[in-house]
Amino acid sequence: MSKDEGIEIFRVEAQELLEQIEQGLLDLANNPGNKELVATVFRALHTLKGSGAMFGFDALASFTHHCETAFDRVRKGEVPATKELVTAVLNAMDHMRALAEKRPVAVGEGDALLAALERVVGQAESKAAPSLHPAPAAKPAGGLATWHIVFTLGADVLVNGTRPLPMLDELRALGACPGGACRISAITSAIPPLGKLIPTECYMGWDVTLTTGEPRAAIEEVFMFVIDDMTLDISAAAIPETTAANEPAPTPEPDAAAADAKTWRPDASVRVPAVRLDELMDRVGELVIAQSRLKQIANASTDMNLRSVAEDIEHLASELRDSMMSVRMVPVVQLFGRFRRLILDLARDTGKEIEMITEGETTELDKTVIERLADPLVHLIRNAADHGLEPPEERRAAGKPAKGRVTLTARQAGAEVVITVKDDGRGVNRARVRAKAEENGLILPGAVLGDQELLQLIFQPGFSTAATVTSLSGRGVGMDVVKRAIEALRGSLELSSPPGEGSEVSLRIPLTLAIIDGLLVRVGTARYVIPVSAVEECLELTPEQDLRSTGRSLLTIRDHLVPFVRLRDLFKTGTAPDRYQKIVVISTGTDRVGLVVDQILGDYQTVIKPLSPFHAGVGSFSGATILGDGNVALILDVGALTTSAAQHDQTPLRAAS
Amino acid sequence: MTSVLTVDDSASIRRTIKIALTGEDYAVTEAADGAEGLREADAGKFDLIITDLNMPIMDGLTMIRELRKKPAHAGVPILFLTTESDAGIKAEAKAAGATGWVTKPFDPENLIKVVKRILAK
Repeated sequence: MSKDEGIEIFRVEAQELLEQIEQGLLDLANNPGNKELVATVFRALHTLKGSGAMFGFDALASFTHHCETAFDRVRKGEVPATKELVTAVLNAMDHMRALAEKRPVAVGEGDALLAALERVVGQAESKAAPSLHPAPAAKPAGGLATWHIVFTLGADVLVNGTRPLPMLDELRALGACPGGACRISAITSAIPPLGKLIPTECYMGWDVTLTTGEPRAAIEEVFMFVIDDMTLDISAAAIPETTAANEPAPTPEPDAAAADAKTWRPDASVRVPAVRLDELMDRVGELVIAQSRLKQIANASTDMNLRSVAEDIEHLASELRDSMMSVRMVPVVQLFGRFRRLILDLARDTGKEIEMITEGETTELDKTVIERLADPLVHLIRNAADHGLEPPEERRAAGKPAKGRVTLTARQAGAEVVITVKDDGRGVNRARVRAKAEENGLILPGAVLGDQELLQLIFQPGFSTAATVTSLSGRGVGMDVVKRAIEALRGSLELSSPPGEGSEVSLRIPLTLAIIDGLLVRVGTARYVIPVSAVEECLELTPEQDLRSTGRSLLTIRDHLVPFVRLRDLFKTGTAPDRYQKIVVISTGTDRVGLVVDQILGDYQTVIKPLSPFHAGVGSFSGATILGDGNVALILDVGALTTSAAQHDQTPLRAAS
Repeated sequence: MTSVLTVDDSASIRRTIKIALTGEDYAVTEAADGAEGLREADAGKFDLIITDLNMPIMDGLTMIRELRKKPAHAGVPILFLTTESDAGIKAEAKAAGATGWVTKPFDPENLIKVVKRILAK
């Protein structure tokens, strides 16, 4: 209906236009150089063509197009408006009128007129008129495809009237088919601080995961007006699910979606030099520090926009850190594989039968950590084979299989990986450990020690129980070296050895070296970071408890005695304690120690900076970090603190003996 | 009610646009050339302007540039009508400040689709 009405108006309009053209041409014949006349004729031809095509006057539009093209060249000064040219177009007027009224025309009349026109223009307009009807849109492919679309718009699109919301609506509509889905999240990382924000500019980006039956072209069409001024990345996220079901045979010409999906393979990988990963990790570390600063500023501000951006950035930074860490992760199978050969050599050299069992080889650890674990593990395995396992005849006598077994396992526990080296040998000989320790002056003769404390002596420097120094172990480097290597990785180790049943060394290693989740605390005026992985709980130390426990430095937590250390005293801050001091209970596997601090400031994700060589020997700290406000906070060495607390605890015992 | 200004020297095109958009509950105002379009735009408040490029008195590109100079018209979506298939005119129009385009000849339904793409309803 609307179209019919338009057609009526067009008929009238076409008459006017044709008159305009005719009049213009006649004037032009008398005044060939007049540019205005040329422009008027051109415009009229142009409108006639455009409107004609609109209302189904295809023949008119196509014919007029050629005349328009000729006049366009005149307009551009490429061809002079010669009398011949004007005449040729005038001759064509009747033909146009006939077409505009949809009167029948003689076959070939139009072509003859155009040929005449072409002749005078001097150049064949060989090119066919552009298709006046766009090709029908391709039918959507049968199957659903999932697309990952990431886009940011140009800064000035808002001023130029582009509205991002309708685009998102349109994308959502594409996913509104059966089985379709559309998930949109905003990328706000490019939003500048409020002071630098220009309200009319567009800083946002969007990350869209779209499952749709429509082809890629339909997605691109959403962006058709801005596609040149934006960044747009459309990638196939998955192979269309239903393709296999609907098309049993592979189609000879895969559609765009399938072709794109082809380039994506789940096992595609890139080899990158490790040093580049380190650089990237460094940057991520700096980002995490900067983000902490931002968080601090945002928290002090009442600006909700700033706070929400800060939150987004915190979220992103932590995701980025996690993905960065996962990139650096390699399975421990690489490490375990090296030990097979070692076991073979050990069996040959000791004359023992040894088999090695490995478990949890797919557990992943930071590449750097894996490399630094190799030496300590070699040492532990040697110890197990050399000291732990008995010779075959002794094993048979004890009713064990002749073949000794060394088990190597890895498993993830929270932010740590636990690696154990276990043998089914004779276990640690306590009497010999004690004798050796007394001999080396590590303990006083007859000192009262718990079993665990006795075993810990093995890790003291200069301790070695092997009666004969073999070529395999006991080269003067003992378990203390292993312990130091593990602690350098911010890990801890534990030895358990039920007599006669073998021994087991467990190494707890943090997943990564570069970043820790910390608990920020204040002691006196300084701030410290306690690794969250070691924190068990936080309690309040009431003034009453504080007074009551001055003598013993022990605290009852749910019926368990826990020694505690006043960090204020340890660090000699010389400040008065806060009225409500807090106790952070930390644990290294078996030992639990309470650290008394003045205030718990909160969670703090932080990048570890190593201490300078001058300070590396300081016992209580494992590193330092830069806080959001630029101050330095020391990271407490949990292992060293629990050990010193345990020793502190021993002092009165020793004095009593 | 969403209001649209259509600027075109061709009455039939203006009429088609008006009929198509009125059916979708838009209020449509007409102008026959760039200069008139500019006057109408200043006089009223429009959510969308659809303009032809090739017009007497003042062409579409000039009108778009003039509109974008005025803060009152910043951010108003402007669609232009074009038969040219070359990218040059589109780039020029976009540089002038146009939001998008509709290629002539157009199906009224296609026009509505593009308008909806541009305007959040």
